[in-house]
Amino acid sequence: MVLRNVYMDNNATTPLHPEVKKELVKAMEVFGNPSSMHQFGQAAKVMMKEARESVASFIGSSPEEIIFTGSGSEANNTVLSILACPARQCSFSGAGKYNKVITSVIEHPCVMETVKCLSDRSIEVKYISVDKYGKIKMDELEQELKKGPALVSIMTANNEIGTIQDIKKISEIVHQYGSLFHTDAVQAVGKIPIDVNDLGVDFLTMSAHKIYGPKGIGALYIHRDTPFCPLIRGGHQEGGRRAGTENTLGIVGFGKAVQLRKEEMTAEHDRLLKYKEKLREGLKNRIEHIYFNGHPEDSLANTLNVSFPGAEGESILLYLDLEGIAVSTGSACASGSLDPSHVLLSTGIPIENAHGSIRISMGRETSEEDIDYMLDVLPGIIKKIRDMSTVSMGSVGGIK
Amino acid sequence: MNAKIDWAYSEKLKEHFINPRNVLEDEESYQDDGKGIVGNMKCGDEMLIVIKVDKEKGIITDCKWKTYGCASAIASTSILSEMVIGMTLEDAYNISPKDIAKELGGLPVHKVHCSVLGDKALKAAINDYYSRNGMEDKVKKEEARVVCHCMNVTDHEIEEAVLDGARSFLDIQEKTKAGTVCADCKEEIIDLLDKYKKKHFEA
Repeated sequence: MVLRNVYMDNNATTPLHPEVKKELVKAMEVFGNPSSMHQFGQAAKVMMKEARESVASFIGSSPEEIIFTGSGSEANNTVLSILACPARQCSFSGAGKYNKVITSVIEHPCVMETVKCLSDRSIEVKYISVDKYGKIKMDELEQELKKGPALVSIMTANNEIGTIQDIKKISEIVHQYGSLFHTDAVQAVGKIPIDVNDLGVDFLTMSAHKIYGPKGIGALYIHRDTPFCPLIRGGHQEGGRRAGTENTLGIVGFGKAVQLRKEEMTAEHDRLLKYKEKLREGLKNRIEHIYFNGHPEDSLANTLNVSFPGAEGESILLYLDLEGIAVSTGSACASGSLDPSHVLLSTGIPIENAHGSIRISMGRETSEEDIDYMLDVLPGIIKKIRDMSTVSMGSVGGIK
Repeated sequence: MNAKIDWAYSEKLKEHFINPRNVLEDEESYQDDGKGIVGNMKCGDEMLIVIKVDKEKGIITDCKWKTYGCASAIASTSILSEMVIGMTLEDAYNISPKDIAKELGGLPVHKVHCSVLGDKALKAAINDYYSRNGMEDKVKKEEARVVCHCMNVTDHEIEEAVLDGARSFLDIQEKTKAGTVCADCKEEIIDLLDKYKKKHFEA
């Protein structure tokens, strides 16, 4: 029997787009340092300039407002660490002003851990809670903003449950109270339309490998009037905002990836939304005791997070892997940590639903056959696991 | 990629996960001589073990189980059920998590504490058998008492950790993983820490 390969973990990372791959192979011939004045350097510089323009135009910014980083995590670290620095003896024009951070309880670990570190360094940190769908509680945010200027960091779309925040509205409120606003849009850019001018954000983080580009390259949008201070110093690269010889190959791949997103995004969104509904209905009809996590509408089209109480997530993931299907889970066991997903728990779901959750994240290569295959395979796996589980699902046996 | 699936687990563990042995299929009609259940949903593991006993010889003749948990939780209960059939109650009682991990061909370190609960469920089942058969004298009171229910860490293990150099709650967390999930036991651990520090290191 030939096993199918069904990759449904696109929020973790995506396969390289074949066109990006071609572009990378071409770009490998260009080895010069973009800072060099000779022709080798200039060739690399031209290549990088085009990529920067491509990324900038994709989110409606100007090229000077984009800096490339080593990852989305680095971009997030940069904004949080630098702006929340309480030092007053510093040339950075915002120094000492934004010495408080407001963030949410459902951010990515690279924000959570950085903010925790800031808190350890005596910087005030406030966490805004979310409702049962994972939406930011706006009244809580406003209460905090009233207390004084802060740096606010709230993600555009959540990586685990797919919930999309009303970034434009959050941005307006934040600015109304004289604070600065950063959004981690790593999961949103390339999946939903993002225009920084429309959203009115000061900073926005993105990453290439979530949109069929290469790994090890992220980007940060910094509004031209926003104060800034580099995290990595010691070079004039990126307008003095991020030192280190540029990852030219990564940058070229990023540029090509967003260019392709422009062409493919809209049609793909509609297609994946249909698949998601098919999957949701299909699973609901085939499996008893099933719960969907995240917002029913304001959610990424590619992401479906679902809980099966009585079945533990790592077991579901591994049995699916044996059938060739790749997903991820919010269970503690699979994460290497000891706690189930902080995102799921923040939405107030029971702990056994968090342990028994899987995230299905589709992508440009997902086909309708993949959805049918998933619907064929998953109910049997849930039944198998529930049949040997101590957690009784009553007399229904866990399967319709 | 499909030729060989390489997880963090041994081949033997994978094999037991894929084909679990001795799963308790019909709980209602199974005539057990002893039954034990341990675990905690907070940590995401729970195990039930039932045994049948040859009363004359004191030998376990059948062992069935149910487990809620990850792959290593399922596989470790499965392999334990195979290990104990034909074993004397005495020997079965002395099986340790280490013995189970060894039989499985090793376990990732972070999995040993949380996913190997089978030995404790088995001990509970054996004690249950003794109680039901008027052999209260044989019921072994666990000398060790579970302090951290999420990670299933006993006061004994905390004492060992102190002897091994742990001096703070953080040290205990690092060495035993106790108190790393819900931390409801934090105060109790700190009390024990003081007690054992006094017992072993203060005159």
